[in-house]
Amino acid sequence: MSAGLTLTPESNKMKGFITISQEFCKGCEICISFCPKKIISRSDRFNAAGYLPAAFNNNGECTGCAICALVCPEVAIEVYRD
Amino acid sequence: MTKVLMNGSSAIAEAAIRAGCQCYFGYPITPQNELTEYMATNLSRRKGCSFVQAESEISAINMVYGASLVGVRAMTSSSGPGISLKQEGISFLAACELPAVIVNMSRGGPGMGSIAAAQSDYFQATRGGGHGDYRTIVMAPSSVQELADLTHRAFHLADKYKTPVMILGDGILGQMMEPVKFKHEAPAEPPIRHDALRGAKGRRSKFIKSLTSNDTELEELNWSLFRRYELIKKKETTYETFLADDAELVVVAFGIAARIAKGAIKTVRSEGLKVGLLRPVTLWPFPAEAVQELAKKVKHYLVFEMNMGQMIEDVQLSLEGKGEVSFYGRPGGVIPTPSEVARVISRLYYQKGLSK
Amino acid sequence: MKTVYSRPKSLKMAQFHYCPGCGHSIVHRLICEVIDEMNLQEKVIGIPPAGCSVFAYHYLDIDMAESAHGRGAAVATGIKRAFPEAIVFTYQGDGDMAAIGTAETIHAANRGENITTIFVNNAVYGMTGGQMAPTTLPGQKTTTTPYGRDSILEGHPLKISEMLALVKGTTYIERVAVNSPANIRKTKKAIKKAFQTQIDKLGFSVVEILSPCPVNWKMSPLEAWRWIDKEMSQEFPLGLIKDTTGRKDAD
Repeated sequence: MSAGLTLTPESNKMKGFITISQEFCKGCEICISFCPKKIISRSDRFNAAGYLPAAFNNNGECTGCAICALVCPEVAIEVYRD
Repeated sequence: MTKVLMNGSSAIAEAAIRAGCQCYFGYPITPQNELTEYMATNLSRRKGCSFVQAESEISAINMVYGASLVGVRAMTSSSGPGISLKQEGISFLAACELPAVIVNMSRGGPGMGSIAAAQSDYFQATRGGGHGDYRTIVMAPSSVQELADLTHRAFHLADKYKTPVMILGDGILGQMMEPVKFKHEAPAEPPIRHDALRGAKGRRSKFIKSLTSNDTELEELNWSLFRRYELIKKKETTYETFLADDAELVVVAFGIAARIAKGAIKTVRSEGLKVGLLRPVTLWPFPAEAVQELAKKVKHYLVFEMNMGQMIEDVQLSLEGKGEVSFYGRPGGVIPTPSEVARVISRLYYQKGLSK
Repeated sequence: MKTVYSRPKSLKMAQFHYCPGCGHSIVHRLICEVIDEMNLQEKVIGIPPAGCSVFAYHYLDIDMAESAHGRGAAVATGIKRAFPEAIVFTYQGDGDMAAIGTAETIHAANRGENITTIFVNNAVYGMTGGQMAPTTLPGQKTTTTPYGRDSILEGHPLKISEMLALVKGTTYIERVAVNSPANIRKTKKAIKKAFQTQIDKLGFSVVEILSPCPVNWKMSPLEAWRWIDKEMSQEFPLGLIKDTTGRKDAD
């Protein structure tokens, strides 16, 4: 589901991590605006349906608060936390 | 076997309870209120049963749809105007292959019409008043005993073919009282249909629906219904003949009109006219083969209905031109007398130069 | 690394057909979360309406049966009367419940049927392309009010939930929205309470959910979510409308 994204946490202060299904996402960008850390952005790669899905910037800021998953209309986001 | 003096509407209700009907949803409309009231008295307090007077006939048929979903025998009743309101629901029942019994004690129409008996809902019943390619089994009793028997049969056929079944009575049959024998006792524990929708317990979830965006899926549904209707035609068509063996002229009539015709036929028979009766009991499927059989020796038919002429089309269709069909009808709730019909029969008989 | 959030068990692994930013799919997910948490998957029967959410049975892994447009409350009555142990909910849009289905809704409520109605109010007829609904706001443009809803000609937004509160048979009615994290959490709480009301046999429960319909509102998803706060909830104030579940007699 999270084709192409590496799963291994990169920095030691990593608390949370999310995966966004590139095919389920319809690029509504709701998660982008509600993410408190502003670490979700629009991907520049179209998915099969022609949407530009959301992309997770794994810079260690993610706290695993799951607001993105909460607001995602497509249940495209899974959230993990230490 | 209990024998009771009862009016037709109540006999239907009693027969339904004895057939294991667990849910009745109705709405007041003359001339079938006794049926609703009987259920309010006798069904509502039975264990596992439920009676609801709905806010409209539309709501009532959809409650039947709901009860049928969860696998119980359910029923509604009304008269012409209410049956018109139920047509969408009946089409949904047919499409979702859900059994249900719908009773129409028909009355004068169109419009608000009258509360007198009439047979002007024949097309609506037999041609399917709702949308889409579907048929409903339609049975037309002509006595209180037959009202009870056909109600029992209606529940049986509905479950057997998973289809809505209609009893087409009329205002007279509903109101008149005749002795009736009830041949069945209500089941202690009414059965729940095996394929019912009662929660995904011990199986995968499932859904019952008739909307599809896949044309071939809908086409296949229609074909499967069509195959079922052919089977019903072959196995469930019923009719009665009366003094038809040596008949030169056969009257074709259903329901209360058939009883009036029987009286007329007895009169003309006493004057030596060889007249018989064909009485379709299932209006759909129509007894076309019986007509074809008669057509081998009978050339003249008089279709007598209490409407402007509706069943006559099925008679003509079945005859395929192999017989001359005349019509006598009194619409609007007017109830012809046997002697009136006897005069019509004998005038026709002589006009056609039939032998005595 | 532990999973904090994932797809509820009773939500099928299927991609929604809904438009980007639509509220229906969120409501579906919340219902499934509640069904999981209250362990109702084997007991619940859902009645989707005619409307965008008619295909709910492709997503909710529970027994469901389609009702004719507007007849959900009657179908649910039939089910509940025939099989009282089932937990029955109708899922209806504003047209389904407050236009064609008004009579069925009000009378099921008046009979105090022990059923739950999930009422998704998005102020338009979505599936048919964005026509005016009973809850369309004054001045709101739809395909059948191209010049904006004119109250003189087309009447005012119908407050069906407030109307139902006047009916004795209803015991819990709340209006929520799925246009922000906080509101989505409240929506889930309301759905849970509504199901609990039914389980406790306390009468008719309704959860009205203001839901974004970006495509038919001709807005971006985010604008639609914001429009609910700015405009829609002024006309349809969020909050508890009725709760008499506390008192056993639910009078």
